[in-house]
Amino acid sequence: MSVIYLLISISIIVAIGFFIAFIRAVKSGQYDDDYTPSVRMLFDDELKKENTENTEKPIQTQEKKQI
Amino acid sequence: MDHTKYCFHCGLDIAPTELIVFSDKNFCCNGCKTVFEIFSQNGLESYYDLEKSPGATPLSNSNKYDFLDNEKIVKRLLQFDEGNTQIVQLNIPHIHCSSCIWILENLRKLRPEISSSQVNFHEKTVRITFNSQTISLKELVCLLGAIGYEPYISLEDYDSGKKSEDKTLTYKLGVAFFCFGNIMLLSFPEYFEMKEYWLDQYRGFFRLLIFGLSLPSFFYSASGYYVAAYKSIRSRMLNIEIPIALGIVIMFVRSVVDITFDYGPGFFDSLTGLIFFMLLGKMFQIKTYSFLSFERDYKSYFPIAVTRITDAGEENIPIYEINPGDKLLIRNQELIPADGILVSAHAAIDYSFVTGESVPVMKECGDRIYAGGRLNGALIEMGVLQSVSQSYLTQLWSNEVFEKKAKRQFQSITDKVSHYFTPVLLALAFAGFGYWIFRNTDTAFNVFTAVLIVACPCALALTAPFTLGNMLRIYGRAKFYIKNATVIEQLAKVDTVVFDKTGTITSGKLSAITYEGSYLSDNKLGWIKNIVRASNHPLSRMLYDFLPEAKNLTVDKFEEIAGYGIDARVDGNAIRIGSAGFVGAKADVSLTQTVIYISINGIVMGKYIFHNQYREGLSGLFAALHPRYDIRVLSGDNEGERAVLETLLPKDTIMVFNQKPQQKLDYIKLLQIEGKRVMMVGDGLNDAGALAQSDVGIAISENVNVFSPACDAILDASQFSRLGELLALSKKAMLTIKWSFGLSLLYNVVGLTFALTGNLMPLVAAIIMPLSTTTIVSFVTLMSNWYGRRIKQAANVVKYDKYHGLRQSEKVILSTQI
Repeated sequence: MSVIYLLISISIIVAIGFFIAFIRAVKSGQYDDDYTPSVRMLFDDELKKENTENTEKPIQTQEKKQI
Repeated sequence: MDHTKYCFHCGLDIAPTELIVFSDKNFCCNGCKTVFEIFSQNGLESYYDLEKSPGATPLSNSNKYDFLDNEKIVKRLLQFDEGNTQIVQLNIPHIHCSSCIWILENLRKLRPEISSSQVNFHEKTVRITFNSQTISLKELVCLLGAIGYEPYISLEDYDSGKKSEDKTLTYKLGVAFFCFGNIMLLSFPEYFEMKEYWLDQYRGFFRLLIFGLSLPSFFYSASGYYVAAYKSIRSRMLNIEIPIALGIVIMFVRSVVDITFDYGPGFFDSLTGLIFFMLLGKMFQIKTYSFLSFERDYKSYFPIAVTRITDAGEENIPIYEINPGDKLLIRNQELIPADGILVSAHAAIDYSFVTGESVPVMKECGDRIYAGGRLNGALIEMGVLQSVSQSYLTQLWSNEVFEKKAKRQFQSITDKVSHYFTPVLLALAFAGFGYWIFRNTDTAFNVFTAVLIVACPCALALTAPFTLGNMLRIYGRAKFYIKNATVIEQLAKVDTVVFDKTGTITSGKLSAITYEGSYLSDNKLGWIKNIVRASNHPLSRMLYDFLPEAKNLTVDKFEEIAGYGIDARVDGNAIRIGSAGFVGAKADVSLTQTVIYISINGIVMGKYIFHNQYREGLSGLFAALHPRYDIRVLSGDNEGERAVLETLLPKDTIMVFNQKPQQKLDYIKLLQIEGKRVMMVGDGLNDAGALAQSDVGIAISENVNVFSPACDAILDASQFSRLGELLALSKKAMLTIKWSFGLSLLYNVVGLTFALTGNLMPLVAAIIMPLSTTTIVSFVTLMSNWYGRRIKQAANVVKYDKYHGLRQSEKVILSTQI
């Protein structure tokens, strides 16, 4: 049963690993802005679509207006 | 008039005469059209798909950023400057929707020299990395200005280094949670008291691990409580921190003793849980509005640099280098940085930052002009009389009140309770000890420590943070932004409310207009309307909106003489619109309102009087506040509006006029000496002293993103009439806290009975502690939400405003996904 020493130690080390990850995330400023990245994420698609479907643009804006 | 036409770019109404149609879209002005052109040429039309009419009209003032040629100033603004790479963080108040983020993060499509740009939506800032070889900061700023995203560069950016946010609490909370979670898991075998052979065998190992894990929580996470307790002992105040720190330390020592002599598993689980929950409460209490600032002083509004005229020509100097005797050049929309004398013939100066009065004041050559005014119209020259810090307005900030405010200590409701709680607790602990010492020495020590452990006022200490933290959020949704939790306690105690007049109980924007004089036929009104249409003076614009519809006539002659009025000819009639002297009327000296005289063919017809427009619901608000509060009105203006105010406000409202900024401050101080708890409601920089001196200073702001003086809370102007409800809610919050104190004391009594009888098992402590915490937290959250429900409902129906807050923008994101 002395394997319990090993298992518990491993579990503690894993926990410490996650704890260090958390500290790093805070340090690098990941919690500073919790809004902009969520918007930014949606943009990349927008940009590609805009490059390929440039001709359809005026129709799209017309639709927007009706809304 | 067709009111259904809105500008495709900025969304404002388009005056029919100014409509510009470009590629099938309507624009209100050339500026908006130009921005659209820039975007469409660079393939950035998506800007208009993300949200309807997201833009702002660009301001055309090419010289405004000339000061960025000065390298010394540029150096201080840059965040990073090495080799060719420069990084600058700019504050752009217009950032308000997803389109804004999109366009600003795609700046590199407009200018390849910009390598990257990153928006922080909450702070309304953009961080731009660019190549300084090919594009200068000035060009960059001008580019932003040209697409309608004019950065706001103020003296504040120049002065302070970049503020680094304090993340200690986050780390402490992280450590506490880590320790708490692991200890809980490792304690499970002890909870179930399994007598199995292998668990018994490894008990020592488990306990050692638990002890090790509790160390960071005890020494690091809880360190704030020891410091606070030590401080309150030194200042001879019985704060809540004393029993908390005492409880934590005793708990730790007792637990260490328990495991060393194998008496039991110790209270490490309760100890770390307690620390974690209390830090969580602290965290919850902090609600920051990063797009707002409660600490602004004049520096946030003053420009970094001005143009000085010397014999050698013009030069840009930082405003700290302005000396009395200098000659300055002020351009349209620039701020006057120091007191001085007007050298040019006329100037219209808008003091709305200072007084809240939006109608510009006319000044003649030789008049004194004061710092803080914004120039409206053509550029002027001025001679400086005082340096910046010695000016009439800025002097206010040398008052000690601005330093004292930060240090001022309030006795919070929790402190008040702990004032009684702590002695009772200690008495009980010693009484228990005294009772048991003659019976059983071991039990006596157990009881003594158990009392202090179980009575550790965790629930008590959590009540106020969770109630007030939740209230802060409820208030925030009602567009009432409060600096911190103690302000709510202060709000509940207020018994005197002092209002500023201009800009606070009157709205800065609109003016009611009345006409006095001989009858004007529709025809004549039509002439006047056609004339004022061509003028950009704010009073002309207001008069234009006020006058009835008329058909368009050609104005044969039109001359606008700044500071006097308009000289025009319509249908062969010579018409003059302007000041009394200009049209040939006798100036009414006793009159204190803003007026425009009209003369047709040399005959003075009459005058239009511009009244202060009082905010909606003002009478209702005062009537509601009147029975419960002592209401006063404090105005920097003369007594012109006294009669009107007397009809609007309750009979015995005290009104004081002609108050200078310093006098306002002194007035508040006097009220406080009389023993009153004063709330000041103001708006301009001239109220800053009074706001700082008062117990609670509330700034009313038309646009919370742009302007507000230093204060304890900022109220969106649209919510002004609900101030009474908001005040009542603060009282309800305190009631909730009192109820919950009762509840948590009940838990303490239960815990103490266990402790005093010597039956406190670690398991009992481990149950009572989280149980009391969760019930208290859910109780206060439910109660405060229930009290705040009316506020929330009403806030939801608030009309859409152009610079909408976060909630609206969330809606915007949804609409793009459809």
